[in-house]
Amino acid sequence: MIRIENISKSFGNKVILNNISGVFRRGITNMIIGASGTGKSVLIKCMVGLVEPDEGYVYYGDRDFTHADRAGRIEIRREIGMLFQGGALFDSKNVEENVKFPLDQLTDMPEDEKLDRVNFVLERVDLTGVNKKMPAELSGGMKKRVGIARAIVNSSKYLFCDEPNSGLDPVTSIRIDNLIKEITEEYNITTIVVSHDMNSVMEIGEYVMFMYEGRKIWEGSKENIMEAVEEELNDFIFANKMMQIVREKSSL
Amino acid sequence: MKSIGKYFIFLGVTFTNHGSFSTYYKLFIDECVQIGLSSIVIVSIVSAFIGAVTTIQTAYNLVSPLIPRYVIAQVVRDMTILELAPSITAIVFAGKVGSNIASELGTMRITEQIDALEVMGINSASYLVLPKILATFVMYPLLVILAAFLSIFGGYWAGIVSGVISPADYIYGIKFELIEFTVTFAMIKSFVFAFLISSISSYKGYFTSGGALEVGKASTSAVTNSVIAVLCADYLLAQLFLN
Ligand SMILES: Nc1ncnc2c1ncn2[C@@H]1O[C@H](COP(=O)(O)OP(=O)(O)OP(=O)(O)O)[C@@H](O)[C@H]1O
Ligand SMILES: [Mg+2]
Repeated sequence: MIRIENISKSFGNKVILNNISGVFRRGITNMIIGASGTGKSVLIKCMVGLVEPDEGYVYYGDRDFTHADRAGRIEIRREIGMLFQGGALFDSKNVEENVKFPLDQLTDMPEDEKLDRVNFVLERVDLTGVNKKMPAELSGGMKKRVGIARAIVNSSKYLFCDEPNSGLDPVTSIRIDNLIKEITEEYNITTIVVSHDMNSVMEIGEYVMFMYEGRKIWEGSKENIMEAVEEELNDFIFANKMMQIVREKSSL
Repeated sequence: MKSIGKYFIFLGVTFTNHGSFSTYYKLFIDECVQIGLSSIVIVSIVSAFIGAVTTIQTAYNLVSPLIPRYVIAQVVRDMTILELAPSITAIVFAGKVGSNIASELGTMRITEQIDALEVMGINSASYLVLPKILATFVMYPLLVILAAFLSIFGGYWAGIVSGVISPADYIYGIKFELIEFTVTFAMIKSFVFAFLISSISSYKGYFTSGGALEVGKASTSAVTNSVIAVLCADYLLAQLFLN
């Protein structure tokens, strides 16, 4: 479980995050959604300490991350896997080395055990036979899957995914969404997915936090998101023509 | 001023909290190979030509028949060891290796690879930068020694081909009254320059923000800042040791 309390962050005099609180439970896919530029990426960067919040707390279970010292933070970070918005694969290393990297750095596993583990997670994300390819040789969807494999290879307890399916076709998107959901349930981890794709929300959003201009406007789940009355949320949901048609059909 | 403070904090982080020796050893060797390979050709070409040019120009300036010809070789030797080899190599090295370091780290920054290391609980500054600084420390003096030899050889070749000095005179001049401290001083300079170029370029690359355009800017400013720092250090060291 990850709990955030009253997180605020400004860059210069521009308020990016305004007093955000929430609880992200274990074993379900938690989503943070909102339009581009509302501060979703900044919020998860605050959670993992890549950005220091001006105010507020982040707890991992009952451990206070925000006020932990360097050693305390490293201990928590070793339980975190993160998929970055752009993949952030090390471009001087091939797929296998990328995925193996956390094991090399953070464990004393023998080499053959590491390779077994790497192959296991690569298989888990449907990538076999690409071990020796360089990141530049992969398609966008493959890069995301390598990123996911690297994030879960060290048996992370917390998984952050920043827009795992942006820029992918609808079929691949759904596969990646479902992959994240399966991994979350299978290993019973705490997963937070950032997205602005309503398709993903309806597919996997068991807990959904909607952000608008740095504030939390609404929280709930995919089951009750359609009944939300908040205007900002409705504008967001029904910005899509498809969703508008669905709404018209269902109100007939 | 603020960026100088940030530079020293950066160095502090780089030299503390590092990981296991075996990881660093491998990275260090990789960096040595890369730094050596990427700069050896250009350093060789530049230094050989500098030696050649120095010989011919010195001969041109020494018109008096009272001055023996071997003095040309002596001048070439002292200028090369004391100033040309460490400094010209520094400028070439900053242009080649410094800009490489800055653009590599800059790209890693803007593509969030550095963030990815941090989230894994790895001290990214030390993991990425320490091997580069140490490798430069080892490789740069070697390049300077190579440059000095090639430069003196270039002078020999140019002197013979143009007929301004005979081989015997040149070799006599090279050996004439060699002060050992010039060599020591050249090595001191090499270590200082190596540290300045690698750390300034790393700093510029590591703190890139923005996009591909900024990576280009970081790499340019790595070169200009390193060169300026090297020239200042050159002057200060000369003040300090040669007075
Ligand atoms: N390091 C920074 N310095 C200054 N401003 C920043 C910084 N990082 C983000 N911002 C600003 O914070 C705002 C929110 O950015 P953020 O990346 O969190 O958006 P987002 O919700 O993730 O959008 P997207 O869906 O497009 O990824 C933007 O206006 C951005 O310009
Ligand atoms: Mg984002």
